[in-house]
Amino acid sequence: MSVHAETPHVGRALRRKEDPRLITGRARYIDDIVLPGTLWAAIVRSPEAHARIVSIDGSAALARDGIHAVYTGEDMADLGGPLPMAWAPPGVEVNNPEHWPLARGTVNHVGDAVAVVLGEDRYAVVDAAEDVLVEYDPLPAVVDPEAALAGAPFVHESLGTNKVHEWSLPGGDLEAGFAEAEVTLERRIVNHRIAGAPIEPRGVLADYRAGALTLYTSTQVPHFVRLFVAILLGLSEERVRVIAPEVGGGFGAKLQVYGEEILAGWASRRTGRPVKWIETRTENMAVTHQGRDQISQVKIGAKRDGTVTAYHVRILADFGAYNMLLTPLIPSLGAFVMGGCYKIPAVRTDIVGVFTNKCPTDAIRGAGRPEATHMIELMMDQLAAELDIDRLELRRRNFIAPEDFPAAVATGVVYDSGNYAGTLDKLLEHVDLDAFRREQEELRTRGVHRGIGFSTYTEICGLAPSRITGPAGVGVGAGLWESALVRVHNTGAVTVYTGTSPHGQGLETAFAQIVADKLGVDPSVVEVVHGDTATGPEGRGTYGSRSLATGGEAIAKATDKVVAKAKQIVAHELEAAPEDIEVAGGKFSVRGSPDKGMTLTDVAGVAYIGAVPEGMEPGLEETTFHDPENFVFPFGAHACVVDVEADTGKVKVVRYVAVDDCGNPVNPLLIDGQVHGGIAFGIGQALYERIHYDEDGQLVTGTFVDYALPTAAELPSFETDRTVTPSPSNSMGVKGVGEAGTIAASAAVTNAVIDALRPLGVGFINMPLSPMRVWHAIEEAKS
Amino acid sequence: MIPAEFDYVRPESLADAIQALEQGGEDAKLLAGGHSLIPLMKLRLAAPTLLVDIGRLPGLGAIQRDNGSWRIGALARHAEVAGTAELGIVARAAGTIADPQVRNRGTIGGSLAHGDPASDLPAVLLALEGEVTVQGSSGPRTVSAAELFRDYMETAIGAGEVLTEVRLPALDGWGFGYHKFNRRSEDWAMVAVSAVVKATDGVCEDVRIGLTNMGSVPLRAPAAEAALRGRPLNADSIAAAAAQAADGTDPPADLNASADYKRHLVRVLCARALQEACRTASGIASSPGGELA
Repeated sequence: MSVHAETPHVGRALRRKEDPRLITGRARYIDDIVLPGTLWAAIVRSPEAHARIVSIDGSAALARDGIHAVYTGEDMADLGGPLPMAWAPPGVEVNNPEHWPLARGTVNHVGDAVAVVLGEDRYAVVDAAEDVLVEYDPLPAVVDPEAALAGAPFVHESLGTNKVHEWSLPGGDLEAGFAEAEVTLERRIVNHRIAGAPIEPRGVLADYRAGALTLYTSTQVPHFVRLFVAILLGLSEERVRVIAPEVGGGFGAKLQVYGEEILAGWASRRTGRPVKWIETRTENMAVTHQGRDQISQVKIGAKRDGTVTAYHVRILADFGAYNMLLTPLIPSLGAFVMGGCYKIPAVRTDIVGVFTNKCPTDAIRGAGRPEATHMIELMMDQLAAELDIDRLELRRRNFIAPEDFPAAVATGVVYDSGNYAGTLDKLLEHVDLDAFRREQEELRTRGVHRGIGFSTYTEICGLAPSRITGPAGVGVGAGLWESALVRVHNTGAVTVYTGTSPHGQGLETAFAQIVADKLGVDPSVVEVVHGDTATGPEGRGTYGSRSLATGGEAIAKATDKVVAKAKQIVAHELEAAPEDIEVAGGKFSVRGSPDKGMTLTDVAGVAYIGAVPEGMEPGLEETTFHDPENFVFPFGAHACVVDVEADTGKVKVVRYVAVDDCGNPVNPLLIDGQVHGGIAFGIGQALYERIHYDEDGQLVTGTFVDYALPTAAELPSFETDRTVTPSPSNSMGVKGVGEAGTIAASAAVTNAVIDALRPLGVGFINMPLSPMRVWHAIEEAKS
Repeated sequence: MIPAEFDYVRPESLADAIQALEQGGEDAKLLAGGHSLIPLMKLRLAAPTLLVDIGRLPGLGAIQRDNGSWRIGALARHAEVAGTAELGIVARAAGTIADPQVRNRGTIGGSLAHGDPASDLPAVLLALEGEVTVQGSSGPRTVSAAELFRDYMETAIGAGEVLTEVRLPALDGWGFGYHKFNRRSEDWAMVAVSAVVKATDGVCEDVRIGLTNMGSVPLRAPAAEAALRGRPLNADSIAAAAAQAADGTDPPADLNASADYKRHLVRVLCARALQEACRTASGIASSPGGELA
């Protein structure tokens, strides 16, 4: 085992431990796992947006060679209950109609699962699924959320309404705030529906044998899946093992307990064979939960000097056909940071959820916070134009000042740390605004409409302290702690078990860096194990940019316990006091006598083979469950430069500069990777991506031809930089960064397009900024 | 994403391929590069019962100059066409097809035989007044570009016939411009315009304009051509001609573009394509007046 005496690993841009297996094709995804005797599953899905199921006839499918069974919702009458809505905003009534893995009686969106065909090979089951005859009695479909709220037709007739719930987060005296305002502005801001679109679609392989179920699934939350699979299948929880092998991207779309996971487990038990289902891209676009889809009335009040006095956001959130795991909670996550990085005395969010005959929505990268940033950052630009104050000056006048942290804001949360002017200043070191304005003027004389847009954002992540979100708090009714187990082996090699479930972010590398520094070893001998409910302690998964701030902190604390024990062993061996032992140069040694010391290998030898001090248990491993003190609030300043072709409406991003602050950096390479991906996600939404249903509820964007994910050809080379403002919420001073880029980007792009279009008379426009929409806006401004 | 069941043969000769196609009947399909057909099969929008793979037939992929024309074998890959700069607008258009992976596999014959009006090459062939050879059991025949495209994804190639060669006039000295509008570089054209211009002493001696995705088949823009033919080539004459590019078209609306927006786009793109064609034509240096934009 190599022992390392270099500078700390934390803070260094180490290359990802994950990458060799990924780039050489040796990673193991669901579809790489082959179990003998497996039956393939194909799912018969509704082509109707809304219909009563009259009959299902599987006889022709069953008659085909190699087809083992056809099951419908009726066959699954033994389920312990419908699919879960795990948390809803507290204190309000939520309409929650039953949602089954296979439909019972009605289908409520295109792609709703109706039957499953099981057979010997994948091709056979897909062919046979086409032979399952389903007679539908079509019902009127409701697609537009505003029409849905207004009245009939209803998605769920028995409810007599399409409204799901109403929830508000008041903060401060809104009436007084608007009374004090000398200017009020109101805009209707649309945040359209998008897909998570992970490159690996979902997949499940269920293997029930001898009373126990092993379920391989492409998920971000294996422990949640285990819990609900156990409940719904009536299995004792310890009889269920859920494994998330390599997961090829999630973006929130795999933070879910899906019907196919329950269905595969059920079918494996029913048939006594392993059952495998691999989602197609077409299915992924139609039935894997989607995100955003909010229409908001946004009102801001300010004094003439730019001081914002009140901010009120009324959100109509389109939930699609059902509540899924967290659906009603998603818009609420944005409410806590609705006022952005500004000192606004009164901020209120009112949310109404509504059902439509579309795919359900739930968490997609940012989950409520991209929408919040988009609104406040667009409104700050609108306000600046109205007051004729420079956009950045207006922001500076309203920033929460560095000395005000920790800062209790009107929405009731306490921002942990921040220096908003600091990131903006650093951004302007990269962006010479005077030069830009000269260039912009010059280009306009040549018919090129160049614009620059800014987004100074903060967000709330590191889910979640029970103090705030637990039963006694304001949030979801459950704290989202995280666990870690750190095990030192006989040889001094280390295995870390985390309850988070990384799916591409590079956390195996970051976690190994943290542990390596504390134990005085090289990160290469620290293996990070995740995504298997049978190996580590109970966990909570990966989402909400929590893996480092909450999961990493759990690992740090568990490692500290190992270090404490190791120091006692070393003190005993070297006849010193434990408090005099330090870890330096790859050794545990007595302070002041660096020559004399023990490596972790030596310590492990004593712990497992030698004689530990009297009264001490042998072994060297520790477990921690970490419940964070507070959320973390990353922040930053982004600038986007676009060119708009006035005669076609086409927008091109020519430059994107991001300065982010996620506290102390553990691995700058991983941070850049997350920021790059996040920006691409946000630009994708602003300019390219949109899930679109026609008025009959048919999905128009069912493939990557029509759902326009941007490629490298559409995006500029991103310029990134950082400031470092440590978080007081955890011992490492870190904040999450998996969603920050996405949370910031759509507003920067949209503000840039508006900046470009102002000389043409366009002062406001909603996403998606497709060429036709932009061209229409220009044409309307002309007339 | 899983195609329906089909049979597959890989004949050793063109004659065998024609025979296999004939025996396979209406539901037999030729497979070459596979980048039009296979996506449709995976989405089950096409379900041929027999695939006749001609992708490895020898002698069908050559690109040759033959006096005043170019002969391009049907199996020439888009990347090969794009890499043959002497092909002018054909090379330019081929270089904009989808992405490098598609261009490395897709063939010129396959693209033309597929007859998708949103594809790049059909309107270019039409504008160049090219022709193709199709071969069946009764021998080869020539089909002009104007006759080839009959309706949406429907061509004059009969069941049991194979498109074997594309012939294009060389148009030496003509200028050309190809302007394609799409959201992402890998997308099909929302609208594209191909223009070739022959100039003598700054006057438009001849012009041909092809329109992509402006109808169920690739189109010419006869009014715009007529407006420019015989006129001095300058910014005004180009603008006047381009203004008529949408005349007589009735483009289908889609997710990204209404019919009106397409008609607007085609006028903008026509002006750009004509400007570029004039910049690259010989016989323009002595243009009498009127600066080109």
